[in-house]
Amino acid sequence: MTAVPLLQTSPAPHKVVTQESPWARWTLILLALSFLSLFLLLPLVAVFFEALRKGWEVYLAAITEPDALAAIRLTLIAAAIAVPLNLIFGIAAAWAIAKFEFRGKSILTSLIDLPFSVSPVVAGLIYVLIFGLQGWIGPWLREHDLSIIFAVPGIVLATIFVTVPFIARELIPLMQAQGSEEEEAAIILGASGWQTLWYVTLPNIKWGLLYGTILCNARAMGEFGAVSVVSGHIRGLTNTLSLHVEILYNEYNFVAAFAVASLLALLALITLVLKTLVEAKVAQQTSRGNHS
Amino acid sequence: MTIEIHDLSKQFGSFTALNDINLKVNPGELLALLGPSGSGKTTLLRVIAGLETADSGQVLFNEEDSTDKHIRDRHVGFVFQHYALFRNMTIFENVAFGLRVRPRKQRPNAPEINHRVTELLQLVQLDWLADRYPHQLSGGQRQRIALARALAVEPSVLLLDEPFGALDAKVRKELRAWLRKLHDDMHITSVFVTHDQEEALEVADRIVVMNRGRIEQIGTPDEVYEKPANPFVYEFLGHVNLFHGRVHQGHAWIGDLEVDAPEYSEAEDLSAIAYVRPHDIEVDRTLNGEPALAAHIVHILAIGPVVRLELAGKDNQSTNSIYAEISKERFRELQLARGDQVFIKPRKLDLFPNHAQNGSIH
Amino acid sequence: MSTFKQYSVLPGFNLALGFTLLYLSLVVLIPLSAAFIHSAKLTWPEFWSTVTAPRVVASYRLTFGASFAAAVVNTFFGLLVAWVLVRYPFPGKRLVDALIDLPFALPTSVAGITLTAIYAGNGWLGQYLEPLGIKVAFTPVGVFVALTFIGLPFVVRTVQPVLEDIEKELEEAAAMLGATRWQTFRYVIFPAVLPALTTGFALAFARAIGEYGSVIFIAGNIPMVSEITPLLIITKLEQYDYAGATAIAVVMLVISFILLLIINLLQWWVRHRSIKA
Repeated sequence: MTAVPLLQTSPAPHKVVTQESPWARWTLILLALSFLSLFLLLPLVAVFFEALRKGWEVYLAAITEPDALAAIRLTLIAAAIAVPLNLIFGIAAAWAIAKFEFRGKSILTSLIDLPFSVSPVVAGLIYVLIFGLQGWIGPWLREHDLSIIFAVPGIVLATIFVTVPFIARELIPLMQAQGSEEEEAAIILGASGWQTLWYVTLPNIKWGLLYGTILCNARAMGEFGAVSVVSGHIRGLTNTLSLHVEILYNEYNFVAAFAVASLLALLALITLVLKTLVEAKVAQQTSRGNHS
Repeated sequence: MTIEIHDLSKQFGSFTALNDINLKVNPGELLALLGPSGSGKTTLLRVIAGLETADSGQVLFNEEDSTDKHIRDRHVGFVFQHYALFRNMTIFENVAFGLRVRPRKQRPNAPEINHRVTELLQLVQLDWLADRYPHQLSGGQRQRIALARALAVEPSVLLLDEPFGALDAKVRKELRAWLRKLHDDMHITSVFVTHDQEEALEVADRIVVMNRGRIEQIGTPDEVYEKPANPFVYEFLGHVNLFHGRVHQGHAWIGDLEVDAPEYSEAEDLSAIAYVRPHDIEVDRTLNGEPALAAHIVHILAIGPVVRLELAGKDNQSTNSIYAEISKERFRELQLARGDQVFIKPRKLDLFPNHAQNGSIH
Repeated sequence: MSTFKQYSVLPGFNLALGFTLLYLSLVVLIPLSAAFIHSAKLTWPEFWSTVTAPRVVASYRLTFGASFAAAVVNTFFGLLVAWVLVRYPFPGKRLVDALIDLPFALPTSVAGITLTAIYAGNGWLGQYLEPLGIKVAFTPVGVFVALTFIGLPFVVRTVQPVLEDIEKELEEAAAMLGATRWQTFRYVIFPAVLPALTTGFALAFARAIGEYGSVIFIAGNIPMVSEITPLLIITKLEQYDYAGATAIAVVMLVISFILLLIINLLQWWVRHRSIKA
């Protein structure tokens, strides 16, 4: 170079002050992606690979044998009871917390989150302490020939426990962000409480409701620890899919274990896809009020 | 519909939102509740609507006690500051809502609802928006839809909370005139809340000036502007200059300036505040033999027909700058420039001796 | 009107709150209280010797140690991943973003057997690691790996929205005042995300402590070496030692409650920060 021009005529690469050099950028991206590949992508690929290791026929046989089908059925039953109950709970809790000012509201909000911070094993244990043979009402249940622990009701209860917060914690912030003015307007216009809930509130929170339900359902179908404690692992009777995976694995029937596991992994993938689709709608519903 | 309010009070914790409010709204009247934020005007409106309860006192609709009446049975139309349109419904469904949620026996049939909603949308000149959703409308359009929705149930009272608060200046001006006209056509008893004195003065039949949960003055726009009851109303309504002086036996002194104050003939050397509107200040280059205050020009704003002068007094009769408004002709005649020495004299002034200073914001 | 609740024209408060409290009591609160009441069957010395037995103490050490290490790793990489996702465009970004939540969505037993298949001596990665003298599966390192997987989304998902909200103007101002990119990060960006980062760490840590399903397959469950505390509860339960299981459960519950309290305080801190900004 012989002269340094004062004014550059050719457009120099535009340097944005709030961005790193491409070199640093790509190093960071690569580092992050390597970490995620190792911890997320690799396990995901491994599930399906291991499941299909011995071909489609073995795979199909593993997921259609009677015990596997019974496990699928029980998993669906548990979710079909737990999710609607938690849905009603979520709407009731969010209505009370988001639409009203009362004492002890913040304590109630924390209590709803409580199951998230309790170890699943402890969640299972507490039901054994109540309904088990040495538990509070265990002897009474036995006299009346009712069983909750090591039976389906226990599995449903444990599933409900671990999934209680999902829908409520999705709805509470959403309804708080939306405020109460639309409901007040509906009441002034003569609508009853149920009409207000049905025509105004529920349509406004439908995407948040769906989002919470998707997450709640995923956990309800996949829960392992809590259900494991109360189930008794009776094949064909008290086995959910998640527990069936464990049994097969402990019997060194690895291909079958991974085949059943792949069903659950598929469920997880569907959950992620739905969640991503619904997420955008929830954001829209939170922001697109009358205040724009 | 007459609305009467007797001895209404409300506390929020230690904050007094309403302090012994007494008020009568006449049938067919358009009344403004005017005050700064925190003055209790919105709370009063919400108590009238039934959205809030008062701690004590009564709200009477046509001489019937409505204090404990449920909001549904009060037949009020309420327009929220942020409109509160149902975001999941079309404009048509929004306006039809109040009719559709009626018990089956009182509910009009579908063609009737259709007719009524179309009529209302035509009234607010937005029938072409029937199939849109609220988020597709401009602020001014939403405001008019909110009004149509409130009118659909044929309320006997219309209550509006800061109806133009969220709109930009130009739309505000248009809607003000429109609301005035709409009210003249329908003659429904209406109360609206505003913090904008210009809006209240322009639109309302009567104005209730509120401050710290209390009513400071009730009167027609002319009354409250020309005869403010106290320093607060004076300062809240329009620009005003404030002078410190003394009153003694029917005379007042502001610096060298002496004015007659016959209403204070009993006063014995009291300190006092005098208020003068900018357009009531006479500006001259010479003394002309009459007493006046000396000042010099700090800034001149000569846009439009009125010239605004910012003046600094020679003495400390006024703590702040003094603002005077003179006509452009007068301005040219005097050939004023920044820094010039002038003499000013109030054409009209209102005195408030210090013991009567309640409610002043100073 | 009582001062318990502020007046509102909206109906249904009693019904909604009543149902909420009833449901929460029946499903969560009464069962949880059972653990505390049940543990009262033990005398204090019995309780103390149960929860401080050498095998139990070893399990605490493993559970807390591995959880802490996993949370630290997740804090570092979580910040990195959140940063990359918020700041840099790259192909497949939406897919990566969606995949972050996999550990939330994947049942823990599936995660457990899969991680074992990867890290076992003859596994996908294990076969290369073992000759180097690195044993992962059936050792405490395996516990750490499983807990890292389980806690991965927490930091990313708490830091991400905060990073998105940081005003570009702040960084531009810093740059114009002569700060280098690193200084801007150190003094402008990092303090802004610190509350969220701490919250994410605490959430990941709390989740890891209670984790069971993903750990038991890969841990090997060797007493005193690779046995986690939740597993001990199950072991005691299978031996019909209800009192022993309950005692350990109570210790875990108390720790969970303390962590919950800390997390609530941290979240309050995050909100407080974002309001002030």
